[in-house]
Amino acid sequence: MPALLRMTGVVKSFPGVRALDRVDFSVAPGEVVGLLGENGAGKSTLMKVLAGVYRADAGELVWEGRPAAFRSIQEAQRAGVSLIFQELNNCPNLKPVDNLFLGREVHGRSGLLDYPAMRRRAREVFERLDIEVDLDVEVRRFSTAVQQMIEIGKALLSNVKLLVMDEPTSSLTDKETDRLFRVIRELKANGTSVVFISHKLAEVFQITDRIVVLRDGRNAGELESARGTVDQLISLMVGRELGSFAMERRAVAPGAEVLRVEGLSGGAVQDVSFTLRRSEILGVAGLIGSGRTEMARLLVGADRKARGRVFLEGREVRLRSPRDAVAAGFGFVPEDRKVQALVLRMTVRENLTLAVHGAVKRLRAFLSRRKENALTDEFVRALRIKLASREQAVNDLSGGNQQKVVIARWLAARPRILVLDEPTRGIDVAAKAEVHRIVAELADRGVAILLISSELPEILALSDRVLVMHEGRAKAVLEKAEASQETIMSAALKASA
Amino acid sequence: MELSLPARERRFVASLFRRKEAAILLALLIMVIVIGTIAPRFLSGTNLAQVSRQISFVTIVALGELFVILTGGIDLSVGSVMGWAGMAAAWAMVGLGWPVGAAVAFGIVAGLAMGAINGSLIAWVKIPPFIATLGMLWFAYGNVLGLTKGVPITGLPAGFLTLSRGTLLGIYVPVWIALALAIVAHVVLTYTAFGRRTYAIGGNEQATFLSGIDVDRIKFVLYAISAGLASISGIVLSARLNSAQPDTGKGWELDAIAAAVIGGTSLAGGSGSVLGVVIGACIMGVLRSGLLMLGVSTYWHISIIAVVIVLAATLDVKTKGK
Repeated sequence: MPALLRMTGVVKSFPGVRALDRVDFSVAPGEVVGLLGENGAGKSTLMKVLAGVYRADAGELVWEGRPAAFRSIQEAQRAGVSLIFQELNNCPNLKPVDNLFLGREVHGRSGLLDYPAMRRRAREVFERLDIEVDLDVEVRRFSTAVQQMIEIGKALLSNVKLLVMDEPTSSLTDKETDRLFRVIRELKANGTSVVFISHKLAEVFQITDRIVVLRDGRNAGELESARGTVDQLISLMVGRELGSFAMERRAVAPGAEVLRVEGLSGGAVQDVSFTLRRSEILGVAGLIGSGRTEMARLLVGADRKARGRVFLEGREVRLRSPRDAVAAGFGFVPEDRKVQALVLRMTVRENLTLAVHGAVKRLRAFLSRRKENALTDEFVRALRIKLASREQAVNDLSGGNQQKVVIARWLAARPRILVLDEPTRGIDVAAKAEVHRIVAELADRGVAILLISSELPEILALSDRVLVMHEGRAKAVLEKAEASQETIMSAALKASA
Repeated sequence: MELSLPARERRFVASLFRRKEAAILLALLIMVIVIGTIAPRFLSGTNLAQVSRQISFVTIVALGELFVILTGGIDLSVGSVMGWAGMAAAWAMVGLGWPVGAAVAFGIVAGLAMGAINGSLIAWVKIPPFIATLGMLWFAYGNVLGLTKGVPITGLPAGFLTLSRGTLLGIYVPVWIALALAIVAHVVLTYTAFGRRTYAIGGNEQATFLSGIDVDRIKFVLYAISAGLASISGIVLSARLNSAQPDTGKGWELDAIAAAVIGGTSLAGGSGSVLGVVIGACIMGVLRSGLLMLGVSTYWHISIIAVVIVLAATLDVKTKGK
């Protein structure tokens, strides 16, 4: 079968980096191709060259048998290429129909928008995607999963031939992922091709026909999804065999109680109680929208709580703002590092010391550059953050290294309690393993850790106990021995029955 | 001609030119040279003294504007606060017979009070800065009109007038005041935690808040600083005008914002510098005086300045990220 897309010898350089070095990539009609590699391997760059966001320095692109070079996303879209980025590209203030038809609005004879016609077609699209969408609600009110489906709907409307999805499942629950996969299979059955970029290896094997691996901007190899193994894939990605995907062994057993939360309520969170001990990792599992993040934000005072008491080493504390929480010994790594944690245009040093100005001051008000440098260097070394210089804008680091900067900020504050919300979202396998190691080490050193994660393997590998949340409530606390994917899911799902 | 500086000096010069402010500094120098060549009178000692004094008033206000713009905010009330503070100081001197020092302090406190209202509304009531300070623009001006019934206060004591007319080393006092305030502002923004946090709020307010920083308190202080600096400028300007007039400072918020923008301050927050703002204010002042010297009809000045502001903004947008 002739290829739908064939890219050969693609080269793309940025100042100081060769992002793509003679990369070959092809997709057959109706094929689902996995595109994998560590962060910075060149996946996104390759897709941006395909979609006309970047222009390649060298190389060839053949689309439907004819040489082509898309000069803009619009041009690529007209040819049948649609990209769904990791960060959703919609207008959250508009309703689903407006988003679906943005740029290709249907006009009536009067020259005004023909809403009845657009709504009709929107309903058809959503039916095909098997989701129920309230057309009269602004898009921002929908879950990430539904917003993503609306994006796919947009692609369907434009007669897409090749759909590129960058980390589509990173914030989806298992159930939502299943639905997405059903949609992908339906697209495939209709002859649409899909490029699927993901860090979740099991999923990649499940949904793709073939997996292309990039490493350091070059082709590292390919696997048939039906025959390859996770270990083969990992060794292609990192260029060496990893012993196993095994998790951290913990040396120190949990000690005395550090934190007790009673009846925490506010917003979607209702009556959550739990305790946390020294050197303990309490995993918080639950579906997206189960109130895990909201609970963490209430705990650290980022949002105002309606009710609930917080005890620190037996004494009640009032945490009305993150400032109070930090003063009481909390650290908080929020779920979205770019939006909630980093000042992207500031340097690594400035980001790292943001929460600890008290520790790098001299003469009360002035910041000591010497102390800042020393502190930055210490944690850059300890966490093995890869950077050119501490004066580099944090925006220029890879996702994994950015996440390490956020963690380092809190380690520098020497917290007693560290709240981690999705600490490994969207970072590559090697960085993930390092973050796991860091978290385990911290616990061993006495820090009490609240670990929120959508990845059950992560929760299971690291946690001493697992708190399962559902619809804003704490449904169960499972001991390590009884916690498994099955018990966690059943605790979460039984609740909804 | 071959320039052969030692490597270290070369690097230093290169780093100077990489600085964001280099382009506008160059623009300022070119303006001065062009105007000075066509109208040598511009470069005379008397004229430069006058121009630098005029520039210093805008500079002081623009410094305050810089602080709030760095957080992504704006202060539209600085012009009205200038008039309000100048009037308060004049009333204390003429109406109450207070000594100059006490009266000036009273004027500044009166201005700070308005800044505190701005800051409270923005930081705690969460009114957008544009709206809150737009309200203050009318409120401060309206109070001046109501209290004075539109009549200027004259007969200011001679000691007060030296605030504007006095010289030190041949340079007018307002220039020294502006210079001192600029240095303090630079130190605060560059070397203190408060300054770092100001930039951080403009870069990512949420991240700053979640890092345990009291964002609201900082915003409150910033709007007070802005009003305080506007007050100082307004009081010194009253000394320059030899009277406190209700319309003093009217429209100056636009000059201050323009100076900041020409100086490379991003209205989105997070980037900008004292040096840039000072150069921006100089460009505005040199342009105003230069146009006069070149015999351009005053009726055309405003539209020419408008073009310069938009050009500066264009330059800023086009050079970003390169």
